[in-house]
Amino acid sequence: MRHIAKLAVVALLLTTAACTSDDGGGSSGGGSGNTPGVTDTEILIGTHMPLTGPAAAGYSKIAPASKAYFDYVNANGGVHGRKINYKVMDDTYNPATTQQVVRELVLQDKVFAIFNGLGTPTHTGVLDFLKTNRVPDLFVSSGSRSWDQPQKYPGTFGFNPDYTVEGKILGTYVKTTWAGKKTCFLGQDDDFGRDSLIGFEKGLGAPVAAKQTYVTSNPNVGPQIGAFKAAGCEVVMLGTIPGFTALSLGTAAKIGYKPQFVVSNVGADPTTLTRTLGAAAPALLEGVVADNYLPLNTDDGNPWIQLFKKVNAEHNGNAEFDNLIVYGMSGAYLLVQALQAAGKDLTREGIIEAVQKNGFTGGPGLAPLRYSKDDHSGYGGMRLTKITGGKAAYFGPTYETDEKDGPVQEYAQQPATPPANGIPAAS
Amino acid sequence: MDRFIFLTFDGLSRGAVYAAFALSLVLIWRAARIVNFAQGAMAVATAYAGYSVATATGSYWLGFAVALVGGLLLGAGVERVVMRFVDHSSPLNGVVVALGLVLVIQAVLGMIYGNEFRPAGAPFSRDAFVVGGVALLSRFDLWVFAAVIAVVALLVLLFTRTAVGLRMRAAAFAPDVSRLLGVNVGGMLTLGWALAAAVGSLAGMLVIPTELGLHPNAMDIVFVSAFTAAVVGGLDSAIGAVVGGVIVGLLLSYVSGYLGATVAPIAVLVLLLVVLLGRPGGLFGSVKARAA
Amino acid sequence: MTDLRERAPAKVPTEKGKNALSLYRHLALMLLGAVVILALSYALPPFRNYQLATVGAYLCVTAGLTVLTGLNGQLSLGHGALMAVGAYTLAMTQNKLAGQGQWTLLVAVLAAIVVTTAVGAVVGLAAARLRGPYLAGLTLAVAVVVPAIASTFDTTFNSDQGLSVSVDPPPLALGYDFPYERWQAWLAWAGALVTLLFLANLVRSRFGRNLTAVRDDEAAARLAGINVARTQVMAFVVSAACAGLGGALIAVLSQSVSPGAFPLTLSLFLLMAIVIGGLGSLAGALWGAVLLVVLPATTHSLTDSFDVSAAVAQRLEGNLPLAIFGVVLIVVMLAFPGGIASLKKFLPNAKKLLPKRKA
Repeated sequence: MRHIAKLAVVALLLTTAACTSDDGGGSSGGGSGNTPGVTDTEILIGTHMPLTGPAAAGYSKIAPASKAYFDYVNANGGVHGRKINYKVMDDTYNPATTQQVVRELVLQDKVFAIFNGLGTPTHTGVLDFLKTNRVPDLFVSSGSRSWDQPQKYPGTFGFNPDYTVEGKILGTYVKTTWAGKKTCFLGQDDDFGRDSLIGFEKGLGAPVAAKQTYVTSNPNVGPQIGAFKAAGCEVVMLGTIPGFTALSLGTAAKIGYKPQFVVSNVGADPTTLTRTLGAAAPALLEGVVADNYLPLNTDDGNPWIQLFKKVNAEHNGNAEFDNLIVYGMSGAYLLVQALQAAGKDLTREGIIEAVQKNGFTGGPGLAPLRYSKDDHSGYGGMRLTKITGGKAAYFGPTYETDEKDGPVQEYAQQPATPPANGIPAAS
Repeated sequence: MDRFIFLTFDGLSRGAVYAAFALSLVLIWRAARIVNFAQGAMAVATAYAGYSVATATGSYWLGFAVALVGGLLLGAGVERVVMRFVDHSSPLNGVVVALGLVLVIQAVLGMIYGNEFRPAGAPFSRDAFVVGGVALLSRFDLWVFAAVIAVVALLVLLFTRTAVGLRMRAAAFAPDVSRLLGVNVGGMLTLGWALAAAVGSLAGMLVIPTELGLHPNAMDIVFVSAFTAAVVGGLDSAIGAVVGGVIVGLLLSYVSGYLGATVAPIAVLVLLLVVLLGRPGGLFGSVKARAA
Repeated sequence: MTDLRERAPAKVPTEKGKNALSLYRHLALMLLGAVVILALSYALPPFRNYQLATVGAYLCVTAGLTVLTGLNGQLSLGHGALMAVGAYTLAMTQNKLAGQGQWTLLVAVLAAIVVTTAVGAVVGLAAARLRGPYLAGLTLAVAVVVPAIASTFDTTFNSDQGLSVSVDPPPLALGYDFPYERWQAWLAWAGALVTLLFLANLVRSRFGRNLTAVRDDEAAARLAGINVARTQVMAFVVSAACAGLGGALIAVLSQSVSPGAFPLTLSLFLLMAIVIGGLGSLAGALWGAVLLVVLPATTHSLTDSFDVSAAVAQRLEGNLPLAIFGVVLIVVMLAFPGGIASLKKFLPNAKKLLPKRKA
């Protein structure tokens, strides 16, 4: 056994040596002009995502979906004749690893831009590095307000509606629908939970009757849900990730407690929740109110869903079609829109200007994108959903608002339909 | 007072699952003098196998049996194929190999089943009996208690009343002498690993339905809590594992309930400090303090 | 678990003259090391320089951990948390002083070392009473407490999102377009080389011999007049100081600190690194630090080159590098229980490049 092992080590050392010797050559160094990551035939885009580890659940399907959409675009001629090469690095949601892989993408692989980097603690750590190296940091995958700092981080743009905007919309709905009911809040003990609560209380126009927090390292919310039951809460908002939404619903059922649940879109995808809850899911999820801003995966009549399902079948190995795939492809669609708008002479300054000019109206989102010179946040609104029979469906109008004290108002514009070939046109 | 009663029962049902897993750590420690860091990952692997069978056949109990038998086989396999060849001049070598195993097992599970949660059903209702408005225990909690008590009883019997159990302890404590006395030391080690892994699998089947679901990393956090429980109780003692598990479960529940979930890990650290400074070998341990 | 008795017995005490000689030898080796790093920092492209810098930062920690675990036989699963103490101290000191010149960095690093040393002393006092898995259990609890502290005192530590660290660009004297990553490599390796010099001499001193004597046989050490408990606490203190420096350097390199960067897995990986590198020798600590940086990156780029269908790629992405990493750990451990440092026998030329085995 030991001899076999020794031989194996020597063999491995030799292979590694062989593989690392051509280092630095990388995928695409200089290329045409002097824009990093751009050649006449290719655009190299990078990202960091948790693909393995405890945080991978709920996220690991996003990047492959984006990649599938890029492959679809590439198969149909690419963007201005260039194919998009999407390099995905696993950071296991560890900020120290994010540092390593983003530097590898920028310094070694010389990517043109970072797209859809996922996570607040992970991405916060690389903001300064990306700024120093003037790398466009497009459509960060998190609802933190940190991405909207155009003065400090001119190259960084958000994508998700921020947690405060969402909280305000949900809070306003609770105030008008269940006036006078005792309302409580359970949130993750980080910026997600905090911003969500701020917005929710703004929407309610009053502080919640009871608030509790949880940490991901302790998968038991018995004490928190028990406190809500004891306090007599009738409406409970959950600022939770999917696993903890499932845990909260399950725990409430376990102790015979049946409030009206209102859930942040972060943790409200019925497909994901059903995966955790199993057979009990339809009963537990019945009547849960949540919100979203992209087409829903179960809405088979929606042309966007038809398009994304087709791409998923052709380029994504027909993975189980859930809202993460919709999310990944919607982000990818927006990036292609931005690349089209930036024109044939693609530069880093050019794409930032194109995004700031905004006007991305033909996309799958229901709410408006708010990009401008002074606003780098993403979607500015949400539409409410309700789960019945294990499936979420939209109801009522789409609302938009800001993260400050602006009013929550209806957004009347109807969602667009995708272009015939499923690829945004060059402007 | 209602709050206190509720938190107590919540803590007891959490504590029971920690105790179940802590028992498997105690077993492997007694049989092989090693803290098996791969125990959690091995338990998850067999739980995946068990739930695959349960889903395919529609029978939870068939899947349950597959998980336990899978645990026996996996434990024996890991000992025969890997652990046997570890150089034991430094005990850390075994720890590093176990950590390597964790990575391999989690990666292979991720490849086969994906890194998403999968449902893990429970064989009994998880709805708690409500007495006077306070939710107490569910049928599933009672099943966990029964399983833990059964395992403790079997372990105590095995180690104190049977020849095999004595041989296992002898082989672990004094391998050379045992060998001279005719004990099949290698065989005893394999048996110890197999039994410990089976108890680990049982614990996995008890824990996973109460948490977020099946996931390659599903037992990571449980491992930390259960290891803490085993250390608090004393790694040589099955009773200690149960007491330790209940203490950790109650502490986490009280602290989360009264002070906030964020503070819980700090409370666990304080618990360890208090217990270990008083009794460096755990509450039920016989190990003396390093003279200081 | 920490009973390392089977290792070679401590060397016969050396005489005073030999000590002075070895000091010169260590100084010479350190200068040689500095020259090598300097040359490397000019030869390598920026990302490799960043990796080089990371190796330097990790080396501070693995070298300190080697003294504690390899030479003194005490196990720690909590060194990631000690690094976090250093990193947060650096971040807060540096952010207070920022903008007043390069000297603030030195002050911040020293503050990080001092604070981590104090925390290490507290943990060490408790640890000296414990052994084996009980010590592992206590230090494990220390490792997982970091995010809890960051969230409980979130006005100071800003919870999961952490703090950003303002670090000055390289001094202008080096030129306007001096690559930032090269400057980072210099900073990290300045710390690493000083740490190595300090530890190499420490290991050769009377204290170093006490460390191994306590590890090999506590009773005998006590009979020989060694204060066992004090030696053990001191070992923890020294190793905590190194971890504090390493953590501070990591904070400088990444310009940010957050609890997620110091998870339990970091502590476990540090332990793996020193064992795989070769337990008990500073050369082993060097190999361990190199592995920590190179192995994950290599397995990733290795698996990246496979060309497979989308469905298969989805399954392999992330998982395959992890599997290879694990298999490498197991296979190396089975083939070379002495770690990579023991490979020197097979690669006679490498010996000249490495500091000599100290224990």
